[in-house]
Amino acid sequence: MVMTMTDNFPLIFQDVYKQYPGVQALEEVSFSIPTGQIVGLVGPNGSGKSTLMKLAAGLLRPSRGEVRVLGRTPGRWTKARVAFMPEVDHLYPWMTVGQTIDFVSTFFPDWESDRARELLDLLELPAHRPVGKLSKGQRARVRLLLTFARSATLVLLDEPLSGIDPPSRTRVVNGILSGFRPESQSVIVSTHEIFETESLFDRVIVLSGGRVSLDAEMDQLRAGYGRSLRGVLEEVLP
Amino acid sequence: MAQELFKNDNLRLDNSRPLYQQIIDAVKRAVARGDLGPGHQIPSQRELAQELQVNPNTVQRAYREMEYSGLVTTLRGTGTFITSDATILQDIRRDMATQALRRFLDELRALGYSGSEVLDMVAGSIGAGTTEQQKDGDDHDR
Repeated sequence: MVMTMTDNFPLIFQDVYKQYPGVQALEEVSFSIPTGQIVGLVGPNGSGKSTLMKLAAGLLRPSRGEVRVLGRTPGRWTKARVAFMPEVDHLYPWMTVGQTIDFVSTFFPDWESDRARELLDLLELPAHRPVGKLSKGQRARVRLLLTFARSATLVLLDEPLSGIDPPSRTRVVNGILSGFRPESQSVIVSTHEIFETESLFDRVIVLSGGRVSLDAEMDQLRAGYGRSLRGVLEEVLP
Repeated sequence: MAQELFKNDNLRLDNSRPLYQQIIDAVKRAVARGDLGPGHQIPSQRELAQELQVNPNTVQRAYREMEYSGLVTTLRGTGTFITSDATILQDIRRDMATQALRRFLDELRALGYSGSEVLDMVAGSIGAGTTEQQKDGDDHDR
C-alpha cells in the first residue's frame, strides 16, 4: 500500500492566518496531526481556539496560508468526513434519545448503527427518554454518541465539557475514551477545563493571542517541567 | 483487575509526572508487593485506559516498555501477563527497595542526620529482632 503524507496526517495547518474585520484571530499557525492522537487545544478565551476548529471543520476559510483536511482543502465535502461537535447543541427536546440517533444517522454516509448501539450502552444513556428531560451531562453524552458513531477519520470536539458540572465531567471524559479509535482516528478537543481532560491528551497545542505558544507531547512536557499542564501554562502564558 | 493492580495506590495519577512511567511503576510495585505474581494477567490496555481515564496511547507506551524490559509478555488474543522469569521479578523488587532506601536516606541527610544516627533510629523503631537481621545482612556484604 502506498502511504502518502496526508494518510498519516489527517489535519495539516500551514502558516495559517485568519482575520475578521478589525481582528486578527489567528497568526502564523502551523502544525500537523497524525492518525491516532488525541490533541488538546487549549488557551484563554479569545485565543483563537474556536476559529481554528471551524477552519478544520471547513466552516471558515483561512485569510492566508493553507489548511489540509485528509489531504484536501476543506469545504462542503468536509462535513461528510469530519465529525465536528460544536459547543452549542442543536438537539430537538421532544425527540427521545433513540429517535435522535435514528434522525441524525440519516445525515451521514459514514454512520455505523452497531457502533451507535454499543455507545448507547457505554455512555449509559436512556434510549426512551426525551432529550428535553436529560441533564446537561447526559445531553453532552448524546452529542458524543452522535459524533463517535461515525467512522470519521478526524473528530473535532469544541468545548465538550463546557457548562457541565464537575461530577458529570468524568463520564464525558470516559465517553471520549470509549468513542476514540486510536488505529484510525485523530481527535482534537478544544477546552479550558484542563484539570479534567489533561490525562486524555497525547499532545497539547496552546494558543495565545492567535498564535501557537506551545506544541508538545504531554509526557515530554511532564518530564521536562515536572508540573501538570496547568502549572506549565502558568509559566508559558503571558 | 485494574483495582488489584492499583490496590494501595488509590488509582490516582499525578499529572506532574509522565503518566506512562507511573503506570509502569504501579505494575512494578504490585509485583514487588506480591499482588501480581509470575504469570499473572494484567488488565488489557483498553480496560486500563478507561479505568485510569488516560489516553490509550499512554497505556500502550507503558506496556511496550514493560514488554521490552521483559517484565510482561503479551500473547495475541489472550492478554498481557507478568513474566514467569523469577530473576526479573527479584531484580524489580530489589530495585524498588533500593530506590525507596535512597529517597529515605536523602531526606534524612537533608535534615542533617549522620549515618550512625540513622542506623540507630531505624534500629530503634523496628526493634531488636530486625537489628540482628540487619547485622547479618551487613556481614554478608563484607
